[in-house]
Amino acid sequence: MENLFDLFVRNVFIDNMIFAYFLGMCSYLAVSKTLKTSVGLGIAVIFVITVTVPVNWLLENYLLKAGALKWLGPAFADYDLSFLSFLLFIAVIAAIVQLIEMVIEKFSPALYNALGIFLPLIAVNCAILGAALFMQEREYGTIAEAAVYGFGSGFGWALAIVVLAAIREKIRYSNIPAPLRGLGISFILTGLLAIAFMGFMGIKV
Amino acid sequence: MASKNLKLLTNPLNNENPITVQVLGICSALAVTVQVKPALIMAISVTVVTGFSNLIIASIRNTIPPRIRIIVQLVVIAALVIIVDQLLKAYVYDVSKKLSVFVGLIITNCIIMGRLEAFAMANKPWESFIDGIGNGFGYGLILVIVSVFRELLGSGSLLGYQLIPESLYQLGYKDNGMMILPPMALITVGILIWIQRSKNRKLIER
Repeated sequence: MENLFDLFVRNVFIDNMIFAYFLGMCSYLAVSKTLKTSVGLGIAVIFVITVTVPVNWLLENYLLKAGALKWLGPAFADYDLSFLSFLLFIAVIAAIVQLIEMVIEKFSPALYNALGIFLPLIAVNCAILGAALFMQEREYGTIAEAAVYGFGSGFGWALAIVVLAAIREKIRYSNIPAPLRGLGISFILTGLLAIAFMGFMGIKV
Repeated sequence: MASKNLKLLTNPLNNENPITVQVLGICSALAVTVQVKPALIMAISVTVVTGFSNLIIASIRNTIPPRIRIIVQLVVIAALVIIVDQLLKAYVYDVSKKLSVFVGLIITNCIIMGRLEAFAMANKPWESFIDGIGNGFGYGLILVIVSVFRELLGSGSLLGYQLIPESLYQLGYKDNGMMILPPMALITVGILIWIQRSKNRKLIER
């Protein structure tokens, strides 16, 4: 349990999806103009990552990696299908996003309308595929670790976008030099936030 | 015909730069620019994938059923990226290890999807190919500029060759370790955007 909590904290603050790895930057910069849309997108991303990373973990450990197919029989123990990872991961992500879209539409039409176009766009958010690929690279031992990793990454991403949106709303009436307005200042702000988050390095729970 | 195609190649270098104007492909542009060599390899990979996926999708654009459009695009892109990834692992293994997950992330690189939707779905194969290559070059230009600054100021070298002489180090010059860390990539791109929009006032927002 202690290990899982440490994993969660580490992925929210130290290995933050945005500030350490720059994953999901495009939608991060595009959607952080207002706080409301950022919160909505953040929640959607947390949901999608927390569902897709464990599913991809199952795929990775029972289908893709070297020797994963041995449950089918000893003849299959030598197979290494890891070159198919990209294709299968992105297919799973696209399918799950489609499923989540249908579930949300059925159970909460208000949330569905609030999220609008962002839900299908999450399928191509690099944070989702990136989380799956990092999970594969780090070779998590149990599905619980993979799930906590997914939740932590999503939470870190959501935290980052909400913070930037809050700042951008505040500086809307500030005197920023014209060429820096909009995109330029967002980059510099994100850089400063990243420096701030670096202060969490070495944190021990 | 030739001048229109030339425009497709040169526009993404400045006026319609995928990173600084279209705000696409930012993730990998920041992560792989610690040194020039991985940045160059990444730029070439993205250019190849964008060009060829544009070409393939433009060739079959009239036969794709609209409901599964995104899936077809993703399959084409994923297949090309797998090929590129295997080639990189075979010929430049050390660089491919540095790039790690970011080669796979070319699949979700918004430039490729963006150009497929905006151009290849509505234009002929040859023009789409040129457009893909042009956007790849625009992306590569920013990658190279940022990585040159980061490697030169952060490690004193370029492409692995030590450029800052030993004598300067002995005089007290120290490499700026901050440049190698992620935050400086963001700030460097911010400053690049500042410079580009000062020169090209049409790009200023609002």
